[in-house]
Amino acid sequence: MSSSLVGWKDLPIGGVAFISTKEYPTGEWAVFQPKIDESKCIKCGLCWMYCPDSVYRWDGESVPVPDLDHCKGCGICEVECPTKAIQMVRV
Amino acid sequence: MLKQIKGTMMALNGDEAVAWAVKQSNVDVVSAYPITPQTIIVERISEFVNNGEMDAEFIHVESEHSALSAAWGAALAGARAFTATSAQGLALMWEILYITASTRAPVVMAVVNRALSAPINIHNDHSDTMGARDSGWIQIYSEDAQEVYDNTIMAFKIAEQTLFPVMVTLDGFTISHTLQNVIVLPDEVVSDFVGVRKIPRIKLPRIHGEREIPLMLNPKYPITFGPLDLYDYYFEHKVQQNEAMKETFPIIERVHKEYGEISGRSYEPVFMIPYRTEDADVVIFGLSSTMSVVRKVVDELRAGGKKVGAIRLRVFRPFPADIIRKELSKFHAVGVLDRCISFGGEGGPLFTEVRSSLYGSSSRPIVHDYIYGLGGRDLPRKLIVKIFEELLSAREEPESPVIRYVGVRE
Repeated sequence: MSSSLVGWKDLPIGGVAFISTKEYPTGEWAVFQPKIDESKCIKCGLCWMYCPDSVYRWDGESVPVPDLDHCKGCGICEVECPTKAIQMVRV
Repeated sequence: MLKQIKGTMMALNGDEAVAWAVKQSNVDVVSAYPITPQTIIVERISEFVNNGEMDAEFIHVESEHSALSAAWGAALAGARAFTATSAQGLALMWEILYITASTRAPVVMAVVNRALSAPINIHNDHSDTMGARDSGWIQIYSEDAQEVYDNTIMAFKIAEQTLFPVMVTLDGFTISHTLQNVIVLPDEVVSDFVGVRKIPRIKLPRIHGEREIPLMLNPKYPITFGPLDLYDYYFEHKVQQNEAMKETFPIIERVHKEYGEISGRSYEPVFMIPYRTEDADVVIFGLSSTMSVVRKVVDELRAGGKKVGAIRLRVFRPFPADIIRKELSKFHAVGVLDRCISFGGEGGPLFTEVRSSLYGSSSRPIVHDYIYGLGGRDLPRKLIVKIFEELLSAREEPESPVIRYVGVRE
């Protein structure tokens, strides 16, 4: 085992995550990820609301932007988008 | 209705003793599902909350899985949380038992020991909590209603200081439904003793910089409990948890000492209490309410000149192997009472650990395993006498068969 990994004496207790989610991309194994057609987007925010992984970043006004490092490709946003602005494409 | 005698002496059964201890211990959240013989605990606490005698959130859940899940969540959110169950209920909590312990959430749970199905039996044996022995909970076994009350109060402090959840066990019906005299401390004394729950602080530099943050769910300092943890770290987390459990011995001892100062009852020596063992040749080693009867038999046999004694183990997890090795090595023979079967195992759970502890000792006693009392079967005086006689005439170890069933029809 690599010596750069932390030993049990130095790990925080309770098995809590000691690195930020920003540091571990959990979207690596996605097969499909969303691609947004900005011309069709009506900025309703449904994708932002439905995403089970809170992948979408949205300021409430512009086109929501998915954080693909954490998108696992479930496709819920594609189904929920009322204007078919989201299309799941093979990564 | 509960009958109060002389201000502090109350007539309570074991379940009510638990409820009173919980009521006085500044508990924030109780989440429980009724199951015989634990039901009275839930009913009393529910009444206390309803009557405004207890300032806690009582969560009515749809199952034991939810009961412990809610208590676990509450504990992670910083609350002092309590739940209670028996047998099948404990079995249904299985998944969350490990999760609660592994996230170091200091939940306290009363388990009223009851036999596991099938067939259905509501009476006492220790199959339920013995099955949960590897789940990372501290386990304290109680002999009577007074001890149940005391152990429950101490459990909150032990849980919060060790950061391990604690199971306080009491024998179904034998203790849970038997009315006994229980000395109940004044509310403010218990309240001061347990205090307000303190949240431990940890450092997560890569997320929150050098600042110490509370080990809890807190929107100001978000942390993740129970994230995906694979072959690169899971093993380390488990070793850490196991090593931390060994560190709980002095804390358990200290809490008992502190409790002894306010109540006069410190149950010393904390982990196992010997009875007339100084010059004993043989002893019976066991748990919980059965040991009251064993002590009576010890007195009787002592009067007849037999050198016999009894040892009651109070804390089964963490297992006090060093103390057991030290204390038991001097005897000729030890009879371990197991109120539980480990199917296909080389003896019951208490026996296997006791005998394993003794293996490293240069002078080992003969150790017999006596499985008794399953499904609430009584262990009468004459069978205890028979066990002592067998131990006194035991000549060599190992003797066959390893498991001896006591009080069963062939």
